[in-house]
Amino acid sequence: MIQLKNLSKTFSTRGVEHTALEDVTLTIEDGDIFGIIGISGAGKSTLVRCVNLLEKPTSGSVVIDGVDVTGFEGRQLSDLRATIGMIFQDFNLLAQRTVLENVTFPLEIRGDDRADREARGMELLDLVGLAVKARQYPSQLSGGQQQRVSIARALANRPRVILCDEATSALDSLTTNSVLKLLRQINREMGVTMVIITHEIGVVEKICNRVAVIDGSRIVEQGSAADVLADPQADVTRRLLGRVRWDA
Amino acid sequence: MHEFFAEYGQLLFDGTLATLAMVAIATVIAYAFGVPLGVLVTVTAPGSLRPHRGLNAVFGWIVNVGRSIPFIILLVALIPFTRFIVGTSLGTAGAIVPLIVAATPFVARMVESSLAELGPGVIEAALSYGASTWQVIWKVMLRESLPSIVRGASITLITLFGYSAMAGAVGAGGLGDIAIRYGYYRYQDDVMFATIVILIILVQVTQAVGDLIARALDKRNR
Repeated sequence: MIQLKNLSKTFSTRGVEHTALEDVTLTIEDGDIFGIIGISGAGKSTLVRCVNLLEKPTSGSVVIDGVDVTGFEGRQLSDLRATIGMIFQDFNLLAQRTVLENVTFPLEIRGDDRADREARGMELLDLVGLAVKARQYPSQLSGGQQQRVSIARALANRPRVILCDEATSALDSLTTNSVLKLLRQINREMGVTMVIITHEIGVVEKICNRVAVIDGSRIVEQGSAADVLADPQADVTRRLLGRVRWDA
Repeated sequence: MHEFFAEYGQLLFDGTLATLAMVAIATVIAYAFGVPLGVLVTVTAPGSLRPHRGLNAVFGWIVNVGRSIPFIILLVALIPFTRFIVGTSLGTAGAIVPLIVAATPFVARMVESSLAELGPGVIEAALSYGASTWQVIWKVMLRESLPSIVRGASITLITLFGYSAMAGAVGAGGLGDIAIRYGYYRYQDDVMFATIVILIILVQVTQAVGDLIARALDKRNR
């Protein structure tokens, strides 16, 4: 279980303060596919980066399985991050390494020996349907294939949570669906909790069981995806659902 | 033509070897200092792995000062230092010290710009998998930038060919020395012309080999 408690984050650049998150409180249960939706600039990328502390919250706390991890540093922080997979909008694969070397990268960091990590890597490439591409390089793959490789990489450390930052935003709609199905399959079969950051309501409709709507650095609405989609309360949710009065 | 080579062939051959030795040794040592310096400038920059305003200013200052002194002046100014390090300010050995001093900040800037080509995304991804600062530098930044760093190395070598020829002016060995002694002081244009041709060939070969290696290393765009 991941609990974000009264999380705030303020950036200051050359004396100008910018609030990215304000008093965010969320609970993500084990096994959830938890959508965090908002328009761009709402603070959702900052929010998901607070979970693995790529961003340090200015105040508030991040509690994972009952342990307050907010102050973690060094070795402790690295070990925590290794238990949380992450995938990105631009995939962020290493261009100079083969597909297999990309998938096994988190294991290389941990110091596993080559034979073990390659066996695990091939197993994961099999799972995402790209075992035949193991010796190729990312530039030889399509966007959807690259995202599958990065999903395999995210699974390398057998994480209990995967953070998805706009994971399908750079993909076309057919590829989006196949990537979402893969994420749902991993959630169902391996019990991996998914935290899905998106600006596309369709992603929430397709796979999320819970959703939080973020607008202007604050959570404006949260609940089961079915309830929120059926009866949106916040103005921004209605806008994201496309329920706008065009004449207004 | 035949007579020319009979008389100056050995001289030009030795000069070429001396130039190659000077430049190769200086480049290797300059990279040993310049790569860490370039990495330090990069990782201490604001928003990078280990932002540190003070250290970043110091490293940046070292690089800029080194790069703002014209080589011919550096060469003369460093004579006492060169004598202290290698015992002489003359010949090939005497030229290597100023070449290293001039090349190190040049290499640092080159490495810094290679590392800057790498987007912040892959570094963030590596951090998200628990990579330490050292692992990010070694396994992501340097490894991913290797083709670009190799391209920088051929530029460094070519620049040092030019510098090494200037070192001829203060009695360092090599092609520059030959060009000045024979071409300038004795008005032997043919010898000077021969050194120019050799330098052009050296530069062309260095550039071609550098491009070849960089292309073979680079796994993008295949």
